[in-house]
Parts: sequence; structure tokens; C-alpha cells
Amino acid sequence: MNSRDRILGRVRKNQPPVVPLPAVPTFDTDSGSLLERFIAAVVRMGGKFADPPADGDLGALIGRLFPEARVICSATPEVVGNRPLDQVREPAELNDVDVGVVRALHGVAETGSLWLTEVQFTVNALGFLAQHLVVLLDPTRILGTLHDAYGRRTDFDVRYGVLMTGPSATADIEGVLIHGAQGIRTLTVVLIPA
Amino acid sequence: MKRIDHAEASSKFIEATDHLEFHDRRLWDLRQKRDRETVGLAEWEELRTLASAIKEHALTHLADYLEQFERNALRNGATVHWATDAAEHNQIVFDVMHSRGARTLVKAKSMLTDECDMRPFLETRGISVMETDLGERIQQLDNEPPSHIVVPAVHKLRADVAQVFSETIGTDPNNHDVHYLAESQRQHTRPYFLAAAAGMTGANFAVAETGTVVVCTNEGNADLSVNLPPLTIHSIGIEKVIPRIEDVGVFVRMLSRSALGSPITQLTSHFRAPRDGAEMHIILVDNGRSERLGMADFWYSLKCIRCGACMNTCPVYRRSGGLSYGATYSGPIGVIIDPTFNLRKFSSLPFASTLNGSCTSVCPVRINIHEQIYKWRQIIAEKSQLPFVKKEAMRVAGAVLGSPTLYRAAVETAGAGLEHLPRFMMYNRLNAWGRQRELPAAPKSTFRQWYLKNRGQR
Repeated sequence: MNSRDRILGRVRKNQPPVVPLPAVPTFDTDSGSLLERFIAAVVRMGGKFADPPADGDLGALIGRLFPEARVICSATPEVVGNRPLDQVREPAELNDVDVGVVRALHGVAETGSLWLTEVQFTVNALGFLAQHLVVLLDPTRILGTLHDAYGRRTDFDVRYGVLMTGPSATADIEGVLIHGAQGIRTLTVVLIPA
Repeated sequence: MKRIDHAEASSKFIEATDHLEFHDRRLWDLRQKRDRETVGLAEWEELRTLASAIKEHALTHLADYLEQFERNALRNGATVHWATDAAEHNQIVFDVMHSRGARTLVKAKSMLTDECDMRPFLETRGISVMETDLGERIQQLDNEPPSHIVVPAVHKLRADVAQVFSETIGTDPNNHDVHYLAESQRQHTRPYFLAAAAGMTGANFAVAETGTVVVCTNEGNADLSVNLPPLTIHSIGIEKVIPRIEDVGVFVRMLSRSALGSPITQLTSHFRAPRDGAEMHIILVDNGRSERLGMADFWYSLKCIRCGACMNTCPVYRRSGGLSYGATYSGPIGVIIDPTFNLRKFSSLPFASTLNGSCTSVCPVRINIHEQIYKWRQIIAEKSQLPFVKKEAMRVAGAVLGSPTLYRAAVETAGAGLEHLPRFMMYNRLNAWGRQRELPAAPKSTFRQWYLKNRGQR
């Protein structure tokens, strides 16, 4: 007998009496505006906001936010960087990216999370190898709770999807909070309609 | 196999008072942060009930959900392996890598691979393994297992980390700055991410209806481990399977709130299918779980989502440190899991508890941890795995506590005895209670004497 059948056989034999599967209710969300709660949650998790530029020039905004940046790589057509993603053959080539730019599908007010998938990233490693990440988000696309996010069943038919909440972080040494543990050092959200 | 002596091992931890005090304070701080999060969520207790029921449903239908998960994972283009035990798991990892000529592995934190003792197995066969979680990496470089399932190096102070890093990755031994140490690890690790032939993660949840592997991290190291190398391996304990995507929402709402007191981990990653040109392997590991499922009193421990809340709240864990348990899983959850691996080796662990029940009341999936601890004590006593002194003490205590006459006589003489007995009779090898503490002064009269005098006439 192979290991698969041995394991499944033992599991079947040892399963305790059945317990029914409960429905997951949609808990009533807090009062107050989704946008305000989203902003507070992002800030709490170490993220920042930048006001959308009045003249609509996102490239200039990124230049002002990161004056030292040399390599800017954008996965959204709204920003033209200087590292085209369609020429990337290996994800590791993005290691020199100073600023990545991507548009999120939606945000979650409860936690300040941003839903990003391989469709938005084009090359997934962009969200982790870049030193800094700028995420564009339509302010009308903010969900209330994680139940709302996980209630969107077909969102999860992607190969890769991530709820990104603030920058990479660690508190593994004496509980001291460090941003930029292994991934992005900063995460900046720009609320701008799609 | 040698019996773990938890009390003896703890005494070494307790000797280093600055470490002990920090450890106790840091973990209690996590507990308090957890409390602030949970009181802020009106539905918290309802979520606990829901999470527990989903897990109990999944475990009582586990074979069907494992098959459904496998079917969907295969449809997504992943390769699925099954491992009955640690040895088979390690061999599968080696074979997958070896057959593709892969000799370097970057990995995210996985308690399961620690449980399987995978690193030494691969390293002696020519595969280099890089732990990329900061805490886990510190422990790897110091040749120690993790002491906590969420914060692996929580028992170390910054000076300890500075010393380990200076001896291994070449940092300045005199620079104890935490930012400097973390940045040094980032710089040291990045080239390994870029060059690794394979990446590896564990799993927080495996979703049957989609074949998705869900991994929760704060550092982003799991996403780097999966999104760069052409070959990825996910090792998953069979109890991690849950039915639906919507169930993930219930657990993600609870996991980091219970663990660290933050509303969510910085990254909650969903790996469902390989990238173009990449391979995705999934190893479903039993290693004692199917047997535990058949233990009427103990199968509930399989509901565990590894948040560590029970450890942070446990007064014994906070003051003895995870390494003193001598097992992959320490603290209250370890106390009830470890004996299923080896009853004799871990027979002292269920006694590393005050049975205060705090672990049970913070558990997000409502595992009756302290009741299971008590049940393990009964089994260990029945199977005569108790040390002689404890057994004799319990036999005498049982006789005395079982008889009102004997009990009253004992309490009255003990009160007198405490005042007059020479020290060597109270502070000796046979009295564990006298070892680390002075016994309190005995009251002038017993409760019964007080009661009879003040209330007995009514």
C-alpha cells in the first residue's frame, strides 16, 4: 500500500463522530466611513499615504517622494517607470528596483490590507524585491472586513494572491519593530480612482 | 530515549535573571496586546466558536477534504506527495531537489520541518538550507531549535544575537543595535533569495475547495521564497486542511490578533498554482496526526492554528523558556501534543503547568488545553511514568486528602511543624516546593479552627 492510501485509510478509520459545517455569517461592520477606517488601519500597520497629484502626474509625485530613486518599475500603465516589466526574464532581475508601482484591486478597512495578485504585479517578485512600493487604490473599492474579502470566492482563482498590509516587518529581536525585514521598506498608498 | 526533565532544564534558564525577566515581560506584553485586540472585536467569542466548529468539521471529514485538496492541487498544476512520517517527508524533499540538481534551498519558517528535523538531513546530503525568517535564522546560526512557535528567538537578548551574528555572518560584535542586526541579516540573506534553486514554506491553512496554500508572515520571506526560485515545495501537516475560502477569513481574523496583538500579519499569501515555467510541490505529512485523530480525549489538539497565545499567557512557559521542554512544540500546546510522539520521553511535560486554565481561555479555536493536560497526568500516572519521589508524594497526598480526619490532623501539625522544623527538613531534595522559594509563614490557626470558633455556633 502506498503512503497516500495508508494515511487516508488511517484517517478514515480514526475520524471522530461528524460535526456539521457552520455557515460563516457576515458580521455587521463598524459604523463610520470605510475610507476613514481603512486609512487608520494602514497607518497603524506602518503604511503611509500620499495625496494624489492635483495635475494627475503620478510620475512626478513618485519623483518627489523618492528623490534618490534610480530604478522605478511600474506594473500599472498609469505610471511609466524606467524598467519595463515585459523585458524581465528572471524575477531576480528586479533586485535593483528602488520603487515598485502597482494598482491594488481593493482594500480592506478592518486591517488596512491591499489585495494584489499576479495580474496586478505582472512579476510577483516586484512586490518584495523593490526597496519601496507605491500602491494605487480606487477609494471606492474598499471592503469592510476580512469576511467581505474572503467572501469574494472568484478573487481566489488566481495562481498567486496576497493581502499586503503595510511594509515587511519583524520584531524578532527583543520585540523591537523593524520595517524592511526582508521585503519592502516602505509602503505608500495613493488613493486615486481607476 | 532519555526522559526530558523540564524542571531541571528550567533551572538553567531561571539562573540568567536578566533573560528571565525580559522573557516574562515580553511574552506578557504580547498577551496584553492580544487582549486589546480581542476586546475591540464584538464578535470575538462568536468567532472562537465558529473557528472551533469549522476545524472540528474539517477534522471529522478529514479524509474527504484531503482528497478534495489533492484533486484541486493537481488540477492547478501542482505535484502532490504524501509522507507517513518525518523520514519519508525529508526523503521526498531531498529526492525532488536532487533529481533536479537543486542544491540550495531558501525557506520560510515551518514548525513542521523543525518537527521532521529536516535541515540536518538535507545538509548532510549536500543541500544548503537558508532559514529566512529572522528569528528562525538566529536559531539556525546558533544551532538551537526555536524556543517559541511564533517568535523563535524570544529567549535571546540583543547582545546574544550580536554575538551569534558576529561569529557567523561577520557583524561587528560590539554593535548591539537591533536595526543594525536586522539590516545585516537582510543584506546577508538577499543574495541567497536571488540565487536559490528551490524555495520552501510551511502552511497555515490548506483550502480544499481551491487547492490553495495559505501562508501568513510579517517579513515577506515566504513570498520571496516562492516568487523567485523555479522550484517550490510546501510542507503541510494533514490537519491544516479547511473546507472553503470563506473559512480562511475566520482564521485570519484571529491568528495574528491571538499571536502578536496585530489585526493581521503584514503578508497573508495565497499560493494556488505555479508561475509559468516553475514547479510547485506539495507534501502532505501525517507523522502521528492520523493516530492522534483516533484519541478520544486528545484529537482536539489537532485544531491548533499555531498562534502561540497559550504560550504567551502561561506562567510556567514564561518563566522556564521554550527550550526547557526539549521538544519542537513547547508551552501548553506542546505539553498536550508532545506525549503523542513519545510518552516516556515527554512524560514530565504535563506537569509543567499550574492548571490555571488561562491557555484554554485564550485559545482562538477553543482547545480544552488544561483539561487535556490533566488527562495526560492521569495516563502518565497509570502507566507509571512518574518519578519515584513524585509518585510517593502523590500517594501520601491522596491518602491524606481523601480522609477528613487525616487531613485535619495533618494541617494542624503542619502549621506547628513549619514554625519549628529545622530548615534541612523543609528545603531538601524531596520537597520541590522549597527549592526556589521560601515557604510562607504558617497562620496562627487553621481555617477549620477559625470557622468553628467564629461560625461554628450558628
